[in-house]
Amino acid sequence: MFTKIHSKKGLQLVLGLLAGIVFGFLLQKGGVTQYDVILGQLLLIDFTMVKIMLSAIVVGMIGVYFFKGLGLVKLQPKAGSTGMNVFGGLFFGISFALLGYCPGTAVGAIGSGYMDALLGGVIGMLVGAGLFAAVYPRFSTLVLQEGYFGDITFPELFKVNPWILVAIFSGIIVLILYLLESLGL
Amino acid sequence: MLEWLQMKHWSPYAVGIAIGILSWLTFLFSNQAVSCSTGITQTSGMIEKIFRGKRVAQKAYYQKFPPVADWKWTFLLGVLIGAFLSALLSGSFDFKWVPQLWEQAFGAAVLPRLITAFVGGVFMGFASRWANGCTSGHGISGTLQLAVSSWISVIFFFIGGIACALLIYRVIG
Repeated sequence: MFTKIHSKKGLQLVLGLLAGIVFGFLLQKGGVTQYDVILGQLLLIDFTMVKIMLSAIVVGMIGVYFFKGLGLVKLQPKAGSTGMNVFGGLFFGISFALLGYCPGTAVGAIGSGYMDALLGGVIGMLVGAGLFAAVYPRFSTLVLQEGYFGDITFPELFKVNPWILVAIFSGIIVLILYLLESLGL
Repeated sequence: MLEWLQMKHWSPYAVGIAIGILSWLTFLFSNQAVSCSTGITQTSGMIEKIFRGKRVAQKAYYQKFPPVADWKWTFLLGVLIGAFLSALLSGSFDFKWVPQLWEQAFGAAVLPRLITAFVGGVFMGFASRWANGCTSGHGISGTLQLAVSSWISVIFFFIGGIACALLIYRVIG
């Protein structure tokens, strides 16, 4: 239905900018552009970040699957493998604790005046991403392809109606949020 | 309305719900999922192009993620602008060099924090591409699509992150 809009390049650049402005605004208002809030999460003393992520997942999931049912939205799950998601994921976690920001929140942190996010974080990330591009061809065959399982989703994996899993995931997430609140975290 | 935009903090649930709704809109109107680390890769490629010319774009990785300004790139630029607007409106914009938590554990010296952030940044730039996504692309956009790769990633982001944070603050600090 909106495919005509999708192919308008100039309009998409503007929509991307607007969506980014909203996202950056929300990250800053949520407090996750602060090192203290991110490290507080990783030290399990401040659950702001998990609360934001989990409530975004529930709301996003219900809407995206609803619009998918209407044929208005195409899913785009990323392909995965043990090499990428387990080993890469662990290394991401280590980087996350050292830097205290992830790519999006680091950029947002610059917007709030955090100089460690600019001079350390984002400049470092540009170097790191460049290094990855340089080693990609060899790294891909050595590591990324290890245990490849493709771009599957849980409803495809378990061969069930997606709404069953949307309901289960939503239920579990709401329960976790309820527990966090009742523990005063 | 203005008073609300000037608040220093919003409830994490309000922020999360709004991000969820934002992702409906990006899927509907742009066929895009919220993601940040692709924009970092593109920027890195653009800078490399300035120094090493057009052949940079021929690298296998930049064939996959062309280093040009597309939706994902303007999105990341928007994140910078949006966070700045929010900080400005709430009067919380301020140049800070050393975060409070770091200062309590390791002191107010700027250099140790900058070096750690730079090393963490280089690792993060590499890791977010290694894992094929970051806290936005996997942590929010992929998980909400119920992608297997994203749920595995986000679980290992937190395992690695919690272990390393505990090591930094409970063992070393």
